[in-house]
Amino acid sequence: MSRGVDLSVVEVSKSFGSKQVLQDLNLEIKPGEFVAIVGRSGCGKSTLLRLVSGLDRPTQGGILVDGEPIKQLNPAVRMMFQDARLLFWKRVLQNVGLGLRGNWKPRARQALDQVGLVDRADDWIAILSGGQRQRVALARALVSKPRLLLLDEPLGALDALTRIEMQRLIETIWQEQQFTTLLITHDVEEAVTLGDRVVLLEAGQIALDLAVPLPRPRHRGDPAFAALVEQILHRILSRDTIQSQSSPSESVLVYSN
Amino acid sequence: MENTLFFPALSSALAHKVLRGPYLKVLIPWAIPLLLILIWQWLVQSEVISTRVLPAPISVVQAGIQLARTGELFHHIKVSALRALTGFAIGGLIGFILGLLNGTFSISERLLDTSVQMLRNIPHLAMIPLVILWFGIGEEAKLFLVSIGVLFPIYINTFHGIRTVEPGLLEMGKIYGLKPVELFWQIVLPSALPSILIGVRYALGIMWLTLIVAETIANDAGIGYMAMNAREFLQTDVVVFSILMYALLGKIADAIARWLETKLLQWHPSYQEG
Repeated sequence: MSRGVDLSVVEVSKSFGSKQVLQDLNLEIKPGEFVAIVGRSGCGKSTLLRLVSGLDRPTQGGILVDGEPIKQLNPAVRMMFQDARLLFWKRVLQNVGLGLRGNWKPRARQALDQVGLVDRADDWIAILSGGQRQRVALARALVSKPRLLLLDEPLGALDALTRIEMQRLIETIWQEQQFTTLLITHDVEEAVTLGDRVVLLEAGQIALDLAVPLPRPRHRGDPAFAALVEQILHRILSRDTIQSQSSPSESVLVYSN
Repeated sequence: MENTLFFPALSSALAHKVLRGPYLKVLIPWAIPLLLILIWQWLVQSEVISTRVLPAPISVVQAGIQLARTGELFHHIKVSALRALTGFAIGGLIGFILGLLNGTFSISERLLDTSVQMLRNIPHLAMIPLVILWFGIGEEAKLFLVSIGVLFPIYINTFHGIRTVEPGLLEMGKIYGLKPVELFWQIVLPSALPSILIGVRYALGIMWLTLIVAETIANDAGIGYMAMNAREFLQTDVVVFSILMYALLGKIADAIARWLETKLLQWHPSYQEG
């Protein structure tokens, strides 16, 4: 049996005040599946992730983890953020061990080893680079052996090379541990590199749900890869042109996002 | 021509060598005070300034030695330091607890913050006549004044520190399974600490200032008493020595606060060496 959770989002709507962010959203994710969610800012993807994490409640509908509705924060769920959200007043090892009970140090050390930072265990966060900080954050997420990993644009602030390195690292660890993964990203190439499926979210609804049948590790130079990226980008951009033609005021909104 | 070329080269080489020496780096900040003291000594000795106005530095030192010899000095320092620390502990604790409460619970902030802000705007030294009426001229009046003076900077900085904890970190802490008490100890308090310590340093300054004023109220011991007593007998040397004692104690308090900062904020980017 796979270690990952089975996740279903059923008829979920979420609104903040009068603003409807998600609308009757349905999404099925199999155990161990890697799903990448793309979409422009404000399309509701971060909101979706917060609902799945249990930080927020849906206005309507429900989210099932292994068939059970989410009622509170789930210890099997871990999240990585765009800003690493490390605690500067703890050393690297203590950051990784955050929230662990019992004899946590060997486990934290092992997780650090996985991300290749075990020699920095006793350093302060302030002296690490951006990429190293994200690796510490990844170790912190992995140390409790999560069954669902939520990635909220964790690589968005990294430079291109570090980014590719991190993508490979995440892919390798995911293949080893087989947790279910939900990745939010702006970067369509990143989505196609990592996702078993790429889901495009637009105006609170799923506009596209595309399987990526390419073998791993995937290469950007591959024509099939490029075609998929092109297809998704085309879909995102074509909606913009329709909108800008139909209503000028709305198009302003789209581009200001 | 050759000379002008030669000398700058020599002096810069020399300056370079000397400036690199470990001792000079330590000594340079003291050069100006030392020079001022020398000028002062010279002005008094050549009777440009009367000793009634300002005693010579040497007689101030002699007065200090005399006071130390009789043991009087240490008694007064002890009394003053104890007053300062007790007042600081009482006021600081109240300010800290109020800051914690109002920073953490919005009900408590609603209830208390306006009142605290109003009280804060009263200069506490203006309350001396009232404080004397309340507590008389004993220890309580002095402790009260110091406590009140110290309370507000600590309150404001604690409050501010707790309010500016990044919400993202709290959210992360919750997802990673921290309980409310753990959130407080592991995230809220350490993240507020730099701000709290700024409050502590500021409060230490106010502590000495208040004490100096408070000790001029009728008194039977303390550095302030020493100074007021000396004034009656026109011992300007003792008066100046008392002022120097305040300066020294203030400097020591500040050094302790700095040491605390470097100790507690090792993790902070501004305290990172290299």
